[in-house]
Amino acid sequence: MSFLLRRLGFYLLAFWASITLNFLLPRLMPGDPVTRMLSRSQQRLEPQQVEALRTMMGVDGGPIIPEYFAYLGRILTGDFGMSISRFPTPVSEVIASQLPWTLLLGLTSLIIAVILGNLLGILAAWRRGGFLDSVAPPLLVFIGSFPYFWLAMGALYIFGINMGVAPMSHAFSVGLVPGFNLVFILDVAAHLILPALTIVLVSLGGWMLGMRNTMIATNSEDYILMAEAKGLRPHRIMLNYAARNAMLPSVTSMGMSIGFIVGGALLTEVVFAYPGVGYQLLGAVQGLDYPLMQGMFLTITAAVLIANFLVDLVYVRLDPRVRKG
Amino acid sequence: MSQNDTNPQTAVAEDPTDESAVNRARVNTTRLLRTLLRNGKAVAGLSIILVFIILALLAPLLFPGDPSHITSDGASTPSLQHLLGTTTKGQDVLGLTLWGARSSLFVGFAAGIFSTIVGVLVGLSGAYFGRGLDEVLSLVTNVFLLVPGLPLLVILAAFMPPGIGTVIVVLVITGWAGSARVMRSQAMSIRGKDYVAAALVSGERPLRIMVREILPNMASVVMTTLLGCIIGSIGAQAGLEFLGLGDVNTISWGTNLFWATSDGSLMLGQWWIFVPSGLAIALVAFALALCNYAVDEITNPRLRRPKHATKSTAATTVARKEEK
Repeated sequence: MSFLLRRLGFYLLAFWASITLNFLLPRLMPGDPVTRMLSRSQQRLEPQQVEALRTMMGVDGGPIIPEYFAYLGRILTGDFGMSISRFPTPVSEVIASQLPWTLLLGLTSLIIAVILGNLLGILAAWRRGGFLDSVAPPLLVFIGSFPYFWLAMGALYIFGINMGVAPMSHAFSVGLVPGFNLVFILDVAAHLILPALTIVLVSLGGWMLGMRNTMIATNSEDYILMAEAKGLRPHRIMLNYAARNAMLPSVTSMGMSIGFIVGGALLTEVVFAYPGVGYQLLGAVQGLDYPLMQGMFLTITAAVLIANFLVDLVYVRLDPRVRKG
Repeated sequence: MSQNDTNPQTAVAEDPTDESAVNRARVNTTRLLRTLLRNGKAVAGLSIILVFIILALLAPLLFPGDPSHITSDGASTPSLQHLLGTTTKGQDVLGLTLWGARSSLFVGFAAGIFSTIVGVLVGLSGAYFGRGLDEVLSLVTNVFLLVPGLPLLVILAAFMPPGIGTVIVVLVITGWAGSARVMRSQAMSIRGKDYVAAALVSGERPLRIMVREILPNMASVVMTTLLGCIIGSIGAQAGLEFLGLGDVNTISWGTNLFWATSDGSLMLGQWWIFVPSGLAIALVAFALALCNYAVDEITNPRLRRPKHATKSTAATTVARKEEK
């Protein structure tokens, strides 16, 4: 319990740090973001709306400490200000409509990559020097060297444009009404395949090698020899004795890689025009929509922190040593 | 740092207690380099990187003039005149790729090296001084590790004035934490060794112990971290520029891909425009990863491939028995 409380405190601290960073950035950087932003946008803003923006970005040079607490208060109540490029929609509304798609894409690809990568790693370590062990790692490392978005471009070119077998963009077909029915779900799944596939391909190698290397270490433990001496079936030794004890580092790196997957999903979304946070982020960047950018940064950070906390919960379940400590 | 650093020879002569550490470090480093050159992965990786560096240096000779100069010969397929074809703006793709190598490699290596240096400083001082300083540094490191990298990159780059300097600074800000954590845990284990205690007792200053006693003994970890940081930086730079957040006027692999998408070459099926830059990024990253695995294999004998499974380590007993 104390472990979880400590972690929770740490995540809150991390979130506070990113809010503070968000607050300080426009104030520390040279130039006036509000003027830059307004000169780019086509929207007609009321004078008092411009004034609100200036206060939020801190360009009016008001006292910094009260402004900081006001900012903290606004963020904690979920008020990220107005989006400039999609004026007058509030930032939180824009994000709320995009976040589910990013979560769907990110989580699907993460889960597939973790399961597949760990299984491959277990098999590779079990048959050291076998076919899987000699062919898969270098191949996957090579694929993993490609930038996420480039592989996405390649997949889009081959399967979308040349062969025409996969949908090229968006999360579901135009004209389809979102709803909980088979047609819609199948359509969403079809649109998910290519983006998820590219993320899985790029991240698979890391999972496989990580698992393989830990497995090799566990394989030389005495309890494996003991299990063998007892005459247990190899299959059972591999999964229940060796792999089970090699799982822990994988769980830890899963927490770490959630942030990484979100980043990869951002770029992949841009290529596939997938309506997630990343695609919107590109729009925000192009429209110099600073409030939207900041809001998205905070939302993604919060999502990553929550995901990490969930991983911690799993960790406590898996490793009894943590529970006692 | 002491004045001895510029001339290790005098350092050895003046200070006999230092001799063993310096020699040990030197032997370690040369041995590591020699084994590296006997390792197939390392040789392959190093040669690929070398080829790219040479091509990048030769770019002004091979493709003189401004490679982004717009000509009327637009979107032509690869031919003898343009080996990799031209972009929709009529720029030679091979020329853009070679010129792009200059900025991409420079930014990647620079950001990677700086991130590693920051990581070494933070990790070493945290591990050496311990207590309060370590607590604070670890906390900051962990916060930076947890905050998702690319979104942070994006908002940092969006607020700072565009340019290569900004890209490097932003990459270092988001990239140092990973290396700091590795450095700290490695330095912690060395901190407890007897020779560090001996150096402490003989009254050496903290900075000297860190640089002369601890750092040389974690050379291989520093090396893998450096390689990892460079790989990360090259990828992150490409992503950032692909989003249009770098300096779109410089030529790099990332901006090449940015222009390729914004000119719609993907939708028009002009594969020759976006393939070379992506392939170049992948090849360099792959080459660096090869070096990384080579260093791993050399320093961790367990990971070495059993060429002929003669001696029975427990790991192979299990696997072999199962194969029978």
